[in-house]
Amino acid sequence: MKPALFTYHRPGTLPDALALMAEHRGGARVLAGGQSLMPLMAMRMTRPEQLVDINRIDELKGIRDTGDTLTIGALTRYSEILRAPLIADSLPLLSEAIRHVAHHAIRNRGTIGGSLALADPSAETPATCLALCARIVARSSAGEREISVDAFFEGLMSTALAEDEILVAVRIPKRPAKVPHAFLEFARRKGDYAQAGIILAPSHGGVAENRAVVFGIGSTARRSAALEGAMTNGLSAEAKAALQQEVTAIIDDDEGAAYKLPIVMTLAERAMGRLKP
Amino acid sequence: MTTAPAPAVGQSLARPRAKRLVTGRGRYTGDIAAKRALQVAFFRSPHPHARIKSIDVSAARALKGVVLVATGADVAKHCKGFAGIHRLFKGMKAAEQWPLAFDRACWQGEPVVAVAAETRAIAEDALDLIEVDWEPLEGLGTPEKAIAGGTVLHESLGDNIGYDGTTASGDVEAALAGAAVVIEDTFRFGRHTGVCLEPRSILAAYDPSDDSLVVHESHQCPAQQQAIFADLMGLPEHRVRVVCPDVGGAFGIKQQLYGDELATCIVSKMTGRPAIFIADRVESFASDIHAREHVVKGQMAFAPDGRILGLTVDDLFAVGAYSNYPRSSIGEASHVAALTGGPYRIPAYRARVRMIYQNKPPVGHYRAVGHPIACAVAEQLLDRGARALGLDPIAVRRINQVPDGTASHKSHSGFMLNGLTVEACLGKLLAGFDMAAFRREQQDARKRGLLLGLGIANFVEFTGTGAPYYGESGAPVTAQESCLARLEPSGHVRCLTGTTDQGQGTDTAVGQAIADAIGVSFDDVEVISGDSAGPVGGGAWASRGASSGIEAAVRAGRALRDEILRLAGLILQRKPEQMMLAGGLLCDAASGAELITLREVATIAHYRQHLLPPGTQPELSMTRSFVPQSQSFITTNGVQLSVVSVDPGLGDVRLLRHRVAHDSGTVINPMLLDEQIRGGVVQGLGAALFEEIHYSEDAVLGTGSLMDYLLPLATEIPDIEVAHLATPDPGTSIGAKGAGEAGTAGAAAAVLNAVNDALAPMGAHISTLPITPERVLAAIAAASSSHDTKPGLQG
Amino acid sequence: MSGPSFDEPEVTIELTVNGATVTRRVSTRRHLSDFLRDDLGLTGTHIGCEHGVCGACTVRYDGEIARSCLILAAQTDGSTVETVEGLSDSGEIEALQQAFLARNALQCGFCTPGMLVTAADLLRSVPKPSRDEVRDAISANYCRCTGYHAIVDAIMAASEKLAVKS
Repeated sequence: MKPALFTYHRPGTLPDALALMAEHRGGARVLAGGQSLMPLMAMRMTRPEQLVDINRIDELKGIRDTGDTLTIGALTRYSEILRAPLIADSLPLLSEAIRHVAHHAIRNRGTIGGSLALADPSAETPATCLALCARIVARSSAGEREISVDAFFEGLMSTALAEDEILVAVRIPKRPAKVPHAFLEFARRKGDYAQAGIILAPSHGGVAENRAVVFGIGSTARRSAALEGAMTNGLSAEAKAALQQEVTAIIDDDEGAAYKLPIVMTLAERAMGRLKP
Repeated sequence: MTTAPAPAVGQSLARPRAKRLVTGRGRYTGDIAAKRALQVAFFRSPHPHARIKSIDVSAARALKGVVLVATGADVAKHCKGFAGIHRLFKGMKAAEQWPLAFDRACWQGEPVVAVAAETRAIAEDALDLIEVDWEPLEGLGTPEKAIAGGTVLHESLGDNIGYDGTTASGDVEAALAGAAVVIEDTFRFGRHTGVCLEPRSILAAYDPSDDSLVVHESHQCPAQQQAIFADLMGLPEHRVRVVCPDVGGAFGIKQQLYGDELATCIVSKMTGRPAIFIADRVESFASDIHAREHVVKGQMAFAPDGRILGLTVDDLFAVGAYSNYPRSSIGEASHVAALTGGPYRIPAYRARVRMIYQNKPPVGHYRAVGHPIACAVAEQLLDRGARALGLDPIAVRRINQVPDGTASHKSHSGFMLNGLTVEACLGKLLAGFDMAAFRREQQDARKRGLLLGLGIANFVEFTGTGAPYYGESGAPVTAQESCLARLEPSGHVRCLTGTTDQGQGTDTAVGQAIADAIGVSFDDVEVISGDSAGPVGGGAWASRGASSGIEAAVRAGRALRDEILRLAGLILQRKPEQMMLAGGLLCDAASGAELITLREVATIAHYRQHLLPPGTQPELSMTRSFVPQSQSFITTNGVQLSVVSVDPGLGDVRLLRHRVAHDSGTVINPMLLDEQIRGGVVQGLGAALFEEIHYSEDAVLGTGSLMDYLLPLATEIPDIEVAHLATPDPGTSIGAKGAGEAGTAGAAAAVLNAVNDALAPMGAHISTLPITPERVLAAIAAASSSHDTKPGLQG
Repeated sequence: MSGPSFDEPEVTIELTVNGATVTRRVSTRRHLSDFLRDDLGLTGTHIGCEHGVCGACTVRYDGEIARSCLILAAQTDGSTVETVEGLSDSGEIEALQQAFLARNALQCGFCTPGMLVTAADLLRSVPKPSRDEVRDAISANYCRCTGYHAIVDAIMAASEKLAVKS
């Protein structure tokens, strides 16, 4: 299980990396933490001709307080996020979610940007960024743009990033520790991808709307209108029926996932219970 | 005067071999350097079943760094075909196999082309360049589909049924007709596999100058492999040597012949260079021996007081495309027929087993061959019978079990079960376990919406296989064990044993037994195993190391001790029988007074023979053998208890407690014994909850890696409480019975019973392993939709 | 055993392995695990899955535990790598090794180097862990033989011994 041949680049600066992405358009893959990309390459399920290793680009690292938001560099590793007081104070929901990500040795290497760019529907980070109303910062040699997380995840392992763009950071509105939230997932074993999960992030000063996310089913994490309504009006029988309808529509495309309906319903009920003061 | 040191047998001694393993100095096959070695990779069939119309390897051959590309036809020129027939089973049919497929592939992952290159990466590059023109054929993915009368996998066999045998005793129809309650169910056991952490590995070095082959192989049975490679490749057997160095887990997965491993030997012969094949994890899932896959219909008939009146078993054992060579794969099914209900007196019995060919890799002899199936079927039927009759499941076990102290009980399946201790094990299991408190806790938990369950599973096991079983098979498999004990000039002892050690601690146990037999300290004995050029033996399987391997060692040790006493007698002018050897000292047998050191005797025997009386010939190496000649198996028994919680909203099962009581015979090393049991249990827990290799109806493989094949993790497993009985086996000097299978034999059944105990208030039950959330939720849904139709099943 | 070059893209790396500086030319696609084993002969790092799940190849990479099968050798230029051999030679994991032996916390031993590297990492950050913390810390290191119980016992015993020492 060895990767196919590729040319390895280790640019020292972001402009150098972006120049490589521009030059190779689609033939290049960004190597961040490598915790998902390396297995795919070893199994030859992906065969990039050019591998652009961004691990030495310092400007992609670290967590910065940017006023009402925290800006987390794409190359910030899970372990750093878990250790960071800024996150504990201003984004405790993110810490809680990341504690469910894989295991310590993986979290030492895995990065927030890598996970967002991979867009696995069962992964905690994309779902949590969706719940937190994040903005994705993408840059190419032509310039930088911010993408709303609501427009970022386009489908199964597919995002709004262009071929020549690198995800450089994610900006997340602060969410003080005293604001309630619920993160609930069901995984078969400690650290596994979730069978299903629910994240509830009620509105607060920084984000004017309730945001509820269902993940682990369908092609991508998605918001649930039924649950967002229920966060204001309670999980009534109608809300449950609406959620059931939403979930059924998602898993209808995936016959192997039909069994997850009761799991999502149970998680939703329990997550709502956790929001109660 | 000296006091004799405490015997080594019975002590929890640490394993000498482990010292190198904790410092990163292990010597696994992949660690062994060989100059000019080629790396071998295999092009494997992407189809479950397909005809090979043509193969184009020209681009692969042209790749720089590639030394050999060999198709099935190329390789077949260097060997014979082989078929996994076990002649003890009359009417068994098995198709001929070759190292690589050449006209047709019969499972997804079957090796088709071998590539040898300077690096594994280049070999894999070459695989990408191989073009095969396939004609896909119908894939048989379930045993039911395979016997439905459609595609016949091997035309020469006539149908897909490799074996169809029935065992019967008593009048089953009358028992069923006259029963107060008959519980009937169909149990499904998924496919799983051993997942040895060290993948299958082989380094083959053929030397054309003398037609010799030296193989390092991650395997359990070096002598068997020597015989097979010599026979199939037509090599002189005395020039074939198989060394099994440190082996990173085996569990029956590394017990038979693999086509790709034979092909690696042939690659070495074709190139004249050493050839290494180390399976990667993805190809391991597709090509390692798999485990289980049974569909078992069972019926158990009860009298009103809970007595079992009769039992029927109808097992469809879905073996895969072939029967393994050389031992065959039939053991898995034949053990189901032999062992189901084994702990109990059952007056009427009928077991039909059919071994079904289909388009998957062969199922082989994974740890506790057939035992978990036999145990789960009988123990779940028994629990359900007790529930239907309103009786305590433990009481129902007690009234049916074979009484302790029965020297020889002929089971309903016709096997002699000797010296069972079912009641004593159950007593030991329950000692200190507050059942009443658990039942109260269970009631309280239900009020909180959490379901707790407790399950018990009795099992009888076969260990220490004797000569008749493989003697009748026709396979080059010996039940005999040999041991060579050699006195070194320093008075140390080196011991070569034919049994092998993949971490069980057999070497250590052999060392303990032989140290005592000779009269030296354990630290003065070195045990070497795993070389077919050493004393002949069968290797490791069926928990035979502690019985046969140790008996041979004891005999060799005693012979060496007798020779040492004879020589000391000649040196000291004393009668040997008036002396004893203990702790490396020769002492007066009566007074204990020290006479001479073993080192002094050894020095004279090695270097100063002129000091001995004329005509004295010292014999410093003693080889002794042992074979259980007439009995097929040693029999023993155990019982397991599992406590689980079930979250009915998620279908989630959590393991809370697990206990085992087992009769391992005489305990040689308590610590190693405990860990054999624990490790076996956790493999059984994996089978109970997590491990499953998925295939579609058409036999397309759906499980490719450790991302989707779930093994038990440290976080999912509770501490395992272990207790032992030590009823000596009368067949050997020490009386150990073996313990490698016990944990795996009963763990899944205990969990199944526990989960069904938890689900009983909902009227739901599970009959399929592994018990996944999907299956739990489906069972709950089925119960709520058919609540009124099955009153007998509600708790 | 770098092997001859077959037109493979290569890079030169210089890194510190178990305290010593090594310089090698490596194929860009070579995993760190293969580099350690085949180029440096450090066969204590085991390869169990090559997709980052089993933990047998766990090493300390720039001070933190990581899967060496998920890192390219090419990435390691300027880095520090410590393997089970280095941690053995330095004496850092001696208490753990003794406890693993005394408790028979290994059978086939294939997982053991990765398990020891992981356990040492735990005891550096949590000197007196609970059993649950130990189970959590080793949850990404697969052991197929022991069922984990003995490993947890051994790590607990080592932590107690180290606590007495310090």
